[in-house]
Amino acid sequence: MTGDTIIRVDRVAQRFGTRSVFRNVSFTIHQREIFAILGGSGSGKSTLMRQLIGLLTPSAGRIEIFGRTITGPHGDVALREVQRKMGVMFQSGALFGSMSLLENVMLPLEMFTDLPPEGCEAVARVKLGLVGLGDAASLNPAEISGGMARRAGIARAMALDPPLLLLDEPSAGLDPITSAGLDRLILDLRQDLGATFVVVTHELASILAIADRCIMLDRGAYSDAGGVIAEGDPRQLRDTSLHPRVRAFFRRELPAVAAA
Amino acid sequence: MVFAGRLDAASIGPVWRPAMRAAGRARGHPLSFDLSAVSFSDVAGAGFLAAVEAAHGDAAQLIGAPEHVPALLVRARAAAHDGATGEAAPRPSARDVLAMAFGLALASVAFVGEAAFAIARLPTRHRMLRWSDLLRYIDQAGVRALPLVLMLGYLIGLILAFQSAVPMRRFGADIFVANLVALSLVRELGPLLAAVILAGRTGSAFAAEIGTMKVNEEVDALITMGLDPMTMLVLPRIIAAMLVMPVLTLTLDLAGMLGMATVLRGFGFPLVTIAMQVQNWVTTHDVYGGLFKAVCFGIAVAAIGCRAGLGTGLGPRAVGLSTTAAVVGGIVAAIVLDGLFALIFYRLDL
Repeated sequence: MTGDTIIRVDRVAQRFGTRSVFRNVSFTIHQREIFAILGGSGSGKSTLMRQLIGLLTPSAGRIEIFGRTITGPHGDVALREVQRKMGVMFQSGALFGSMSLLENVMLPLEMFTDLPPEGCEAVARVKLGLVGLGDAASLNPAEISGGMARRAGIARAMALDPPLLLLDEPSAGLDPITSAGLDRLILDLRQDLGATFVVVTHELASILAIADRCIMLDRGAYSDAGGVIAEGDPRQLRDTSLHPRVRAFFRRELPAVAAA
Repeated sequence: MVFAGRLDAASIGPVWRPAMRAAGRARGHPLSFDLSAVSFSDVAGAGFLAAVEAAHGDAAQLIGAPEHVPALLVRARAAAHDGATGEAAPRPSARDVLAMAFGLALASVAFVGEAAFAIARLPTRHRMLRWSDLLRYIDQAGVRALPLVLMLGYLIGLILAFQSAVPMRRFGADIFVANLVALSLVRELGPLLAAVILAGRTGSAFAAEIGTMKVNEEVDALITMGLDPMTMLVLPRIIAAMLVMPVLTLTLDLAGMLGMATVLRGFGFPLVTIAMQVQNWVTTHDVYGGLFKAVCFGIAVAAIGCRAGLGTGLGPRAVGLSTTAAVVGGIVAAIVLDGLFALIFYRLDL
C-alpha cells in the first residue's frame, strides 16, 4: 500500500489568539493511500484540512506536499504549484451558485488547459458521469440535494485529474445509502486513477470501509492543547487501542460520567 | 425553603427573583429544600434549584423529593459548574479596539493594493476575467437601472426647477433656472445621484453575492483551485461599474433637464430658449468633469461593495451586515470623494 510520500506534516500547531487548537501534529501520507483525519466536533480536523490546502498558515511547524514546503518563506510560490496537483471538496460542495453543475466542473478545465470549449464540456460530462450525475449536468446547485452537491464537488475537484484529492466530510449528514455510494466512489477512483485521498470525517462506518490509515485528533480533558492521540489502521485501532477517547470514538464506550 | 406544586419553566418565573433574594440573605445558614409537596419537576425546575443553591453558596439538603429530582439536580449542578468554569470571552480593552480599527484600515489599504496588483497581472491571467460575467454585471448594474435613473432624474429636475423658479421669478430671473438646474445636474447631482443609486442597487448586491459565496466556502474553493478571487470576482464588477456609471450619469442629466424643461415650458418659455440657455452656459468641460467623477464614484462604490462581501464573517447574519456596510460605505465614499473633487477642481481652476 505504501509508496512515495505525498504529504509530510511535521510538528504543526495552530493557535487563534490565545486559544490553541492543536500542536505537535505530525504524520505522512503515501501514494495511493486513503488517509482519514478523525476527531470529534471541535477537535481541529477542519483546521488541519485548511492548513493542508493552504487556506491557513500554521502557527508553527512544516507542511510538505509533493516534496515542496508550502509553509514558511516562499511557501506561497510552492503552494500555487502544488494547488494545481490537488483537488479539494468542501463540506457543502461549495459549488458556484451562478453556474450549472456542468459549468462548475468545466471551470478548472477552461482556466488551466488549452482544451477548446467543446473539449472541456466533453471531459466535464465524463467526470459528472463518474460520480453518477450525468443526467443532472444542466441543473443549478440550488436545485440539487446535499448528496448530489458533494458528488458534484468531487467531480469538480477531480476535473484536472489531480493525483491528490482532499475531501472535507464527504458523508456527514447523508443517509447511509448515499454515504455508502460515496465510499464506493472513493474506492473506485483510487482503483482507477491511482489517486491519493485525504478524508476528513467523523463517520465511523465510512472510515472503517475505506481508510487505509488514519490519525485521530483530540483536544480537551485528555491532552491539554489537543493533538494526535492515535495513528494507524482504523480497524486495528478499533480492536486494540486502550486510549479512552479512541475507544469512545470507535466503540461508543464512554468513560463513566459522574452522573448520579 | 418549601416548594409545592409543579416546578417547570412555566411556573418558576414568578418565584425566581424572590427565591434568589431569600437564598442570598440566608447565606451562611444551612439550606434545605422541602420538596414533599412538589408533584413534578423538569430540567428547568432543577436548574432553578441549582441557581438557588448557587445564590446561597452551599449545597442544599433535599427533603421528601420525588424520585427523579435528586438525579436531575445533580446534572443541573454539574452543568452550572461546567458553565461557570468555562472561560468567559475577555472584554476588549481600548487598546484592542484601537488595534482592530487599525487592522481594518490596513485591510482596506491592502484591498486597494491587491486590486491594483490584480489589474497589473491581468495580461497573464486574462482567462480568469470572464467576459460573460462582465456582461452580466453590466446588465445588472446598468441596463436594469435605467428606468429608475430616468424616473429619478426627471423628478429631481422637475423639483429643482420648480423650487428655484418661485424665488427667482421675483427678480425676473426665471430663465436662469435653466442654467442653475443644468449646471448643478451635470457637475454635481448627476454623478452623485447615480452613485447613490449604484450603491443602493448594485453595491449591496455585490456585497450580498460575494458574501454568500464566502459563507458557502465558494471563495475558498476558488483559492484552492488556484483562481484569484480578486480577478475572478472583484475586477469584473469594478470594470462593469466603471463602464455603466458615465451612461447612468448622462441619462440622469438628460432626464433631469427634461424635467426642468417641463417646468419652464409651464412658465411659458419656448424650448429653443431653454436649449440655447443650457448650451451657452454648460461647457463640455462641465460634462467631462461630471463624467470623470462618475467613473471614480463607480470604482469606489463597486470596490467597497466587493470588499464588504469578501470581508463577510460566518453565518447568514454576516451577509446582511456586509450588505449594509456596502451601501453606507458606498454613499459616504461618493460624497467624500465629491468634496475632494470640488476642492481639486477649484484649485486647478476647472
